[in-house]
Amino acid sequence: MKLRILKALLKKEITLMQRNPLIPKIIIGMPLMVMLILPLVANLDVKDVNVAVVDNDHSSLSRRITADISASPFLTVIDVPLDHSGAIALVEKGDVDVILTVPPHFSRSLAICSGNASVDIEVNGVNATKGMLGGQYVSQSVLSTIKGWREENGVTEPTQPTGILYLYNPTLNFRNYMIPALMVVLLIIICGFLPALNLVSEKETGTIEAMNVTPVPRLLFVLSKLIPFWIVGMIVVTVGMLVGWIVYSLVPAGSIFLIYLAAILFSLVMSGLGVIIANRSASMLQSIFVMFAFIMVFQLMSGLFTPIGSMPGWARTITYAIPPRYFIEIMRAVYLKGAGFADLWFQFLTLVALAVLTLGLSALTYSKRS
Amino acid sequence: MTPAIEISGVTKRYGSLTALDNVSLSVSRGEMFGLIGPDGAGKSSLYRILATLLSPDSGYARIDGLDSVADYRRLRSIIGYMPEKFSLYPDLTVSENLEFFASLFGVSVDDNFDLIESVFSQLRQFPDRKAGALSGGMKQKLALSCALIHRPRILLLDEPTTGVDAVSRSEFWDILSTLRDKGITIVVSTSYMDEATRCQRIAMIDNGRILDVDTPRRLISRLDENLFNASSSDMFSLLNHLRSMPEVIDCYTFGATLHVVGREDFNPDKAMDFLSHSGLPDVRIYPAKGDIEDLFIKLTRYEEQC
Repeated sequence: MKLRILKALLKKEITLMQRNPLIPKIIIGMPLMVMLILPLVANLDVKDVNVAVVDNDHSSLSRRITADISASPFLTVIDVPLDHSGAIALVEKGDVDVILTVPPHFSRSLAICSGNASVDIEVNGVNATKGMLGGQYVSQSVLSTIKGWREENGVTEPTQPTGILYLYNPTLNFRNYMIPALMVVLLIIICGFLPALNLVSEKETGTIEAMNVTPVPRLLFVLSKLIPFWIVGMIVVTVGMLVGWIVYSLVPAGSIFLIYLAAILFSLVMSGLGVIIANRSASMLQSIFVMFAFIMVFQLMSGLFTPIGSMPGWARTITYAIPPRYFIEIMRAVYLKGAGFADLWFQFLTLVALAVLTLGLSALTYSKRS
Repeated sequence: MTPAIEISGVTKRYGSLTALDNVSLSVSRGEMFGLIGPDGAGKSSLYRILATLLSPDSGYARIDGLDSVADYRRLRSIIGYMPEKFSLYPDLTVSENLEFFASLFGVSVDDNFDLIESVFSQLRQFPDRKAGALSGGMKQKLALSCALIHRPRILLLDEPTTGVDAVSRSEFWDILSTLRDKGITIVVSTSYMDEATRCQRIAMIDNGRILDVDTPRRLISRLDENLFNASSSDMFSLLNHLRSMPEVIDCYTFGATLHVVGREDFNPDKAMDFLSHSGLPDVRIYPAKGDIEDLFIKLTRYEEQC
């Protein structure tokens, strides 16, 4: 009896999904856009730092310093102004991020005093990340040029006392950090907000009136809205992983089963939230505004773009209530570190608790009668 | 035998607004019962209570002996409800909509086709057209088919012919008559006067209260006592003069003449003399036969006085 009703409802949903011109585009287009474009765009790697070199030394060393900076993939020597004020003018115009000033007699004093010579590096600090990294790149480049020059001249440098080894993401590739987490965006929209919009649209077209006078139990009606999107959500996660593998050669270091488990739990949480919003909204427009507010908070406070650790204490506390936080943590840990359930039980348990909470509330906020 | 519908002392409030105020009604089995009243009178609230979608604040509604609140599950397979707003899936085709609703009730379209045959006959020509692309009249026929597919014993129709052309409206009412002949109790609301007369009994509802329940004929005949036709070659002055007379309750244009609703002390001969002396040419006042339209006007005047 119930199974027959659910079958009829699912058949209707799938027919309507196929007839809706928007749905296939969202299902196919959105994951491709998110997985192909966003990892390239949402990138904190600093490239194309523009450098002006004020060369007051005119020695072979200073020319070599300039040439080495030009050769770096991250740095471009835009101009070689005659004096410092010319370089400042370029910074003010916005053409230059870093000024390197080589003082007169630099190579000579380096050769004589052996280490007491210095160059000036000035950085445009408006874009903090670019300025900081750009300054470091230039200073590294200068140091390595000097080191090479000294070795050629018979001066051996003492070996570096410390070295850094990057674990899990050895190339510090920001993409590898973003790709696992970006799937959260897909699931928020596909499993949370699309079924909610679908439910509200039944209110708007008035079809819910006709449904409400049938013997269809409410639970089945809502399930018939959610099940197709859960399936689509899992397909999209699979496509996302395939794109990560084929396009970015990124495969999960840990268990794929854990990834699907997290995706299913997170989909349940988002579905519950979506249904609550739908129950409380009278029109699509109203629900879209509410969803927009949630998407904003979810994207900015879940640790997707900015690390939770660098948020102020009170904001860090709030992030515990933000479901995508847990999904993102699981995805990054499984993908990059190969973490297992023993490391992530807290995240999984919280997702289960949140799923129970949102689904329970969604059942409570609905009534077939007014 | 219990009546098909029994409503007793039903009150429903939305905040400070009282949509239904102590409404009591009884509809017999196999009756075609009309609800007439202006917009906002409370008709749709009454329908929603009967359709188990709304719980009354006080009082009860029993349909087929079942309480609208306690037995709502069983009631949902006994009633067929057609809301005022088109409520089928516009992106499903004609036959998909029909089959969908049939499968929700666990019946097959073929088994109950005899019941909807008269409604569905025209729709059969385009089973693959999407419901949203149908004309107004066809949409209503499809909605009626879907409301009938599970063989309801009681059919609740909320303004089924609003926005439908005159020919389709007449066809729709012919279909309702055949359904009633098959023993289905029908409660139908309308704002078309000609349709109200096709009901066996009508209830006039306004401001959430039932003003009167009777056969259309008897409701109208009660109007006749103090209803008069008035005419003159200067109709506009006649209207103004009549409206200023204290023994005239109401006066309005009705076709080529004026209808005058008088108090008990209204005397047509005296009024005619008075108006002729006032300089109005060719004044004639004589008893009129009321019809359903006069009833509507009486109803809306009543509303203004409240």
